[in-house]
Amino acid sequence: MESTLKNMVLTLFIITFVSATAVGFVYQVTKGPIAEAKSAKITAAIALVLPEFDNDIGQTRHIENIDGGQVIVYTATNNGKVVGYAVETFTNKGFRGEIRLMVGFLPDGTINKVETVYHSETPGFGDKIERGRSDFSVQFEGQNPSDFKLAITKDGGDVDAITASTITSRAFVDAVERACRVFQSIKTAEGNKLKRF
Amino acid sequence: MGKFQIFTKGLIKENPTFVLLLGMCPTLGTTTSAINGLGMGVATMFVLIMSNVAISLIKNVVPDKVRIPAFIVVIAAFVTVVQLCMEAYTPDLYNALGVFIPLIVVNCIILGRAEAFASRNSVLDSALDGAGIGLGFTLSLTLLGVVREFLGSGAVFGIQLTGGGGILIFILAPGAFIALGYLIAIFNKLTAKLR
Repeated sequence: MESTLKNMVLTLFIITFVSATAVGFVYQVTKGPIAEAKSAKITAAIALVLPEFDNDIGQTRHIENIDGGQVIVYTATNNGKVVGYAVETFTNKGFRGEIRLMVGFLPDGTINKVETVYHSETPGFGDKIERGRSDFSVQFEGQNPSDFKLAITKDGGDVDAITASTITSRAFVDAVERACRVFQSIKTAEGNKLKRF
Repeated sequence: MGKFQIFTKGLIKENPTFVLLLGMCPTLGTTTSAINGLGMGVATMFVLIMSNVAISLIKNVVPDKVRIPAFIVVIAAFVTVVQLCMEAYTPDLYNALGVFIPLIVVNCIILGRAEAFASRNSVLDSALDGAGIGLGFTLSLTLLGVVREFLGSGAVFGIQLTGGGGILIFILAPGAFIALGYLIAIFNKLTAKLR
């Protein structure tokens, strides 16, 4: 076809119009499944770090804006009794950027389990924070922050760092510490609420 | 060129990875494991076939001077569709491939085939060309992924074959180049007689 201004404008307009319509249509169709996939991932992580619960955990979503980011707290109950809190925490001090963890707390403040939700740390080094790759994340299980110092041994704490991955280990601890702080503030707020009665 | 040859040339004679050396960015970046390489290859093959067909359909109505912008819009639309579908239906693969999915738009293979073949041939021939080159790309990426995953962690498609651990460098960037270089050499040596 000849390259006149009219032809060029018309063709490009039609092509972009049809393309945009098609993309818009697919967006509508996939909007639901995409949201479902995202929430399924979070629900799976929560189930991994907490004891059994029977409530609709997504409904208990509570966001705390802290340290320039978002920490999200989910409350788990079984037969109406609180069995634990899942805290989705973050750190920006990872070797390659953000690390997000899901920390499961028992009502008394003991850490039940820690699961890595997102990271881009170096394969073979920092990626050992993943559960299947080393026991690093396992050492936090059953520990209570009141008698377990949340810092790596090099910094005077009780956490065994990953060999040759000091920065990643420190970042992981930073995220866990942030989760503990948020957990404490939630517990204190709840305690204050009850005191008023 | 017969229909069968149009399809098979993408596998060996004009293998995009080992002979044409096109699309090196996703090749090196996504082959850290076999499944990632396979997933990337399949996504690219889908876009390649669809864009070849679409561009062959509109080749006579697109003015010559706006050829490239028009092709790119079509390609980008298909890539966006693939991206949305992967995010919805294969979220694990979507997270593993990450930024490389939208980068399919600038994969040289796709615009290259659009310009060199789809804009000058029939719809059926273009579809076959897309399928052949796409399949060649997929097989190459899967092969490279298998090699890197096995040497780097002793597993293939997630199935642990050795005791565990491996030569770590193959999961990192330098290992990608090393593995690819050797595969190019071996491939060309073995297929020299066929070409």
